[in-house]
Amino acid sequence: MIEINQLSKKYKGAEYFSVKNLDLKVEEGEIYGLLGPNGAGKTTLISMLTSLLKPTSGSFTINGLNFKEHKNQLKQLIGIVPQEYALYPTLTAFENLEYFGSMYGIKGEILKNSINEHLEIMGLSKFANKKTDTFSGGMKRRVNLIAGILHEPKVLFLDEPTVGVDVQSKNVIIDHLKLLNKQGTTIVYTSHHLNEAEFFCTHVAIIDRGEIIVKGVPSQLIKNQPEAKNLEEVFLAKTGKALRDHA
Amino acid sequence: MLLLIRDLGGIAILFIMPLLLLIVITLVQDSTFKTISDIKIPVLLVDNDKGEVSKNIVENLSESNSFEILQKSSEEEAKEAVFSGNYQLAIVIPENLSASLQKKVDQNVEGILSKFGLEEDTLAVVKEVIPQKEVRLYFDPATQLSFKSSVKNGIDKMISKIETQSIYKAFQTELGEDDSEPIFETESFIAFKEILPTKNNEEIIPNSAQHNVPAWTLFAIFFIIVPLSINLLKEKNQGTFVRLRTTPVSYATVLGGKTIVYLAVCLVQFTLMLLVGIFLFPAIGLPGVDVSGKLPMLYLVALFSGLAAIGLGLLIGTVAKTQEQAAPFGATSVVILAALGGVWVPVFVMPKFMQFVSKISPMNWGLEAFYDVFLRNVGFVKILPEISLLLLFFLTTIVIAIIYNRRKNAV
Repeated sequence: MIEINQLSKKYKGAEYFSVKNLDLKVEEGEIYGLLGPNGAGKTTLISMLTSLLKPTSGSFTINGLNFKEHKNQLKQLIGIVPQEYALYPTLTAFENLEYFGSMYGIKGEILKNSINEHLEIMGLSKFANKKTDTFSGGMKRRVNLIAGILHEPKVLFLDEPTVGVDVQSKNVIIDHLKLLNKQGTTIVYTSHHLNEAEFFCTHVAIIDRGEIIVKGVPSQLIKNQPEAKNLEEVFLAKTGKALRDHA
Repeated sequence: MLLLIRDLGGIAILFIMPLLLLIVITLVQDSTFKTISDIKIPVLLVDNDKGEVSKNIVENLSESNSFEILQKSSEEEAKEAVFSGNYQLAIVIPENLSASLQKKVDQNVEGILSKFGLEEDTLAVVKEVIPQKEVRLYFDPATQLSFKSSVKNGIDKMISKIETQSIYKAFQTELGEDDSEPIFETESFIAFKEILPTKNNEEIIPNSAQHNVPAWTLFAIFFIIVPLSINLLKEKNQGTFVRLRTTPVSYATVLGGKTIVYLAVCLVQFTLMLLVGIFLFPAIGLPGVDVSGKLPMLYLVALFSGLAAIGLGLLIGTVAKTQEQAAPFGATSVVILAALGGVWVPVFVMPKFMQFVSKISPMNWGLEAFYDVFLRNVGFVKILPEISLLLLFFLTTIVIAIIYNRRKNAV
């Protein structure tokens, strides 16, 4: 589904590569977690895969297509849920979704039904006509997610979709993502919630300083790491306990 | 469009402030277009002459209806009052001006007549040297140069007239048996008549509204640059721009959508300003705007001016990284373009170099097109070059914005 070959990114003026010679394969139907400390290169990698950032070198294909030659086809194929809420605060939830849905060419009743269906699943039906600037963080995250999946993408990229939300909202989001995955959507997501990733992802890759340190099925990674009881312990063993503050 | 409608305060400011600007500027400038002004500027006069000439000066100044004469006894007192900013102008008439002028004129007239042998005593006499007299003018240092020049010219003209009349009078005294019997007509022989453009055999008389409505409407249209560029920056900051970039919609389409919405805003703004000019101005004592038969052309100019403004707004919004960059740059650009375009100072009075620079200001093209329609009463062909330039400016700015965005975000 996704094939990444020697992908690198070095920002202008930066001393180090944010992503360095990265190779990765994500198969269709997988839920692939990109895990790593702050500044590891997770968001940079997702930004390159969603055409938001130009790689310094290397290449990748999604469903056998690349952005240079099949830009619009790929944009229809993928969905993105960015870390920011990416919503118009003065528009209602419904208006936001209507606008972003129309950008994918979905119109009329099909669009309305799709929005209502997703709002229902996400427990937001009664807030459909409220402006999003009155929403809590969890509600905004759920609208943010719907905006990325209205066009039923084959591959969904999520950049920390559950950051800063309450447990209830997190459950609703994860349950919906599982449902989408069952329906055939391949999911690539980044998170700092290692407990969540352990149970949600079929595969994970731990990235540090732009390079993949270890990748595989979470249960296998735990088994392979001596004395590790969970993914968090594997993570700390592989990336160390030193703080990763950067500016 | 929804985003704009939801921000009612913003919409109100977008429409009301330009209207307020138009009304205030027209009220302020209206007096300069009136032949008889309601406002009199107080002028200090120190009359050290107390003769015929000073009497004439006072009479002329009073008759002009522009000045209110306030007599002062000392030059020092008048100077102090003007230099401290309490008055704009003081005129000091020198001692014995009337007598000296009379003596000088008599001397000259006698000299001329003796050349023709008309003077009884033709023997050469030693001419008395009469020193030149100066009327002193004191201006408030804050007074604008244009005001200074017009007052100086007015007083110069008045003094010349008094001198001429004195010469005529001296000839009359020398030649006429009866002083009261006129030999010369002292009124000016050469008169000026301004020929105005006509429409249906009626003269089109320009008024402050005809000048201000196009100029300030254009200024308001161009101010769309500020909210438009901020709108683009907001999209970047709140993350919606990132989402838009991941959709199959091109940046050109995004800009096209914004162009349509903001062009509609410009045209509504233009309509409101015209309505103010047509209906509100006469109601508050200002001259009204005559748009009969001109509406299609006026809307055409407004449309292309709006496009030029939107193009610049989209370019600034694309290139700027923060609202702090976009807002001051956008607002200052409008002011600079307005200054270059001739909104405040007519282009023909600018220095040669600035006149050349003004030719590349889109506001100059818009203003000239508006004046062509409003005041010069021309046809479509005449405004074609100006609206073509406005369109070209729009296309150029949009293309630069798209190329910049592509280079910045190329994958």
